[in-house]
Amino acid sequence: MPTLTYRDALNQALREEMQRDPNVFLMGEEVGVYQGAYKVSRGLLEEFGPRRVVDTPIAELGFAGIGIGAAMAGLRPVIEFMTWNFALLALDQIVNSAAKMLYMSGGQIPMPIVFRGPNGAALQLSSQHSQAWEAWLAHIPGLKVVAPATPADAKGLLKSAIRDNNPVIVLEGEILYNTKGEVPEGEYMVSIGKADLKREGRDVTLICHSKTVTITLKAADALQEQGVAADVLDLRSLRPLDEAAILASVAKTNRAVVVEEGWPRCGVGAQVVDVIQRDAFDQLDAPVLRITQADTPMPYNKQLERAAKPSPEKIVAAARRVLYLE
Amino acid sequence: MATATAPPQSQDQSQTELHRQMLRQMLLIRRFEEKAAEAYALGKIGGFCHLYIGQEAVAVGSLTVLRDDDYVICSYREHGQALVRGIPANAVMAELFGKATGCSRGKGGSMHLFDVDKRFMGGHAIVGGHLPLAAGIGFAIRYRGGDQICLCYFGEAAVNIGAFHEALNMSSVWKLPVIFLCENNRYGMGTAFERVAAITDVAEHACSYDMQAETVNGMDVLAVYEATQRAVQRARKGGHPTLLEVRTYRFMGHSMSDPLHGVYRTKEEVEEQKKRDPITQLAHKLKDDGVLGQEGLDAIDAEVHAEVDAAVRFADESPDPAPDELYTHVLAD
Ligand SMILES: Cc1ncc(C[n+]2csc(CCOP(=O)(O)OP(=O)(O)O)c2C)c(N)n1
Ligand SMILES: [Mg+2]
Repeated sequence: MPTLTYRDALNQALREEMQRDPNVFLMGEEVGVYQGAYKVSRGLLEEFGPRRVVDTPIAELGFAGIGIGAAMAGLRPVIEFMTWNFALLALDQIVNSAAKMLYMSGGQIPMPIVFRGPNGAALQLSSQHSQAWEAWLAHIPGLKVVAPATPADAKGLLKSAIRDNNPVIVLEGEILYNTKGEVPEGEYMVSIGKADLKREGRDVTLICHSKTVTITLKAADALQEQGVAADVLDLRSLRPLDEAAILASVAKTNRAVVVEEGWPRCGVGAQVVDVIQRDAFDQLDAPVLRITQADTPMPYNKQLERAAKPSPEKIVAAARRVLYLE
Repeated sequence: MATATAPPQSQDQSQTELHRQMLRQMLLIRRFEEKAAEAYALGKIGGFCHLYIGQEAVAVGSLTVLRDDDYVICSYREHGQALVRGIPANAVMAELFGKATGCSRGKGGSMHLFDVDKRFMGGHAIVGGHLPLAAGIGFAIRYRGGDQICLCYFGEAAVNIGAFHEALNMSSVWKLPVIFLCENNRYGMGTAFERVAAITDVAEHACSYDMQAETVNGMDVLAVYEATQRAVQRARKGGHPTLLEVRTYRFMGHSMSDPLHGVYRTKEEVEEQKKRDPITQLAHKLKDDGVLGQEGLDAIDAEVHAEVDAAVRFADESPDPAPDELYTHVLAD
């Protein structure tokens, strides 16, 4: 199987889907001539031309809405946001137009559109450029929200997102674009709504997604050395949420830690904990703990930033607490 | 749906028929809205309900120009457009009543009328939010190489919103076949436009986007018809968008929950404007032309009255959506 970067896996998914379906087009800032702010769209303008690879002005609300209008008229747009921080300007369109169109039209207007781009903190980009928006987006009925952690999942989930007849949010890890992994060639799809057990263990369940999968796997390695075997469950999809996979793992380990890049209040982890307390209450041997970003804007200073973010050390400590090893 | 293609008769005859048709449609909207107000007062219609009384000439004059395969998209004040576009009065009234037989199955309501078969792409209730959608529909038309157009209605208050400027700019840059039709009725709720807009001639904004524009008397249905014809021609031929500022006036409160005038405009102003009533004006013209006397007018009025009464009965007798409709159409298969 070829090894690709996360970036090239996304590129491959876009290229294959644009080759397969002439109604698929890519629109966003710098996606064409500049080849993409993160080079995800490299080579697409050359292959598909400016009709299907459309450079926009800096007008997030406007071009998100144009994508939605194009979907209303039967096209299948892929809207790239340079980062999700800027997509806040388009939130009105995503929430009020895309997510509700099918419902408020009484089922008449499906909305086959993908909104994608990098999400979460990179390194020292400070407060306005280091934010994880999944909890905001997963709150909205009418949207699907996925957050791939590996190149293979990035390809498979983006292809599924493009073929879905609903608005799908694809949250790419800003810091994952250079990561490498094996990626199946051609028709490789990952179903939206299916979590993936990235590592098996019987002692504790570590639940994570996107970039936190990488650091959670590191934490699992460290725990292994201490004689603790962790199940590492990558949610992959935040809406729908694979509740069955969460419950199956917790039924096995009786303990869980939920990890995410976002803030603690009303976060993804809060939702996961709700599922666990409701449907696995009797199987729990310890309260479920959460690891999140600190409840602050992201600081610029390197040490402060490190302190704000989830880390393998924090996850190990939380795992030891739910195992009553501390 | 009315079409601009005249039957093979004499020019005069087809003109007369067109005018008669326009008068009928304006009257249909007027009577429909009056009934909606009654039904609202009786609690049969809930939520926000924005009436179109006074503005009838705008929807009728402009939509008469369109082809069946063109697209229409509106704000929340869209009962008139829905009726003229050919959504049956039954289905529109039933939607206002929230019934299963409504054009959006009772799940959209007054502000979200949809009929995909009529290419009526909805009423949208975030001020200005549907202007980018209109541009997107125009984008899809151009993408496929079609010669349809998209006609987009919005109030003058939407001009102060970023979405207006973003949509106009991209429509002009990409030559999208969209007509941005601003219904300038002078007020956004209780705020007079000149209190909140640095430029009060909406058409002037077109310069910023290198776009054609026209200012039109929205109380004259024929003027609206003609200006729309010019705009449609530009859009169909070269995909050039147009900004039409249509000056009109709403005779009722902003929505059914608001007073007729209140503190933001005087009773005298409303009364003065009512002298420009677009329906009376066209009726007078037809009388003067000797093509429609009082008797003919009364006959049309009786006809639309009956249509609207039937729509109210239909809506009344229609069932509510089934309880499980709550959970359908959240996602497509
Ligand atoms: C973004 C947004 N802000 C505020 C409102 C509340 N609101 C509804 S209608 C309206 C006035 C709009 O006036 P105008 O665009 O002139 O349309 P008209 O009602 O006169 O047809 C306001 C403020 C809204 N729906 N959307
Ligand atoms: Mg107004």
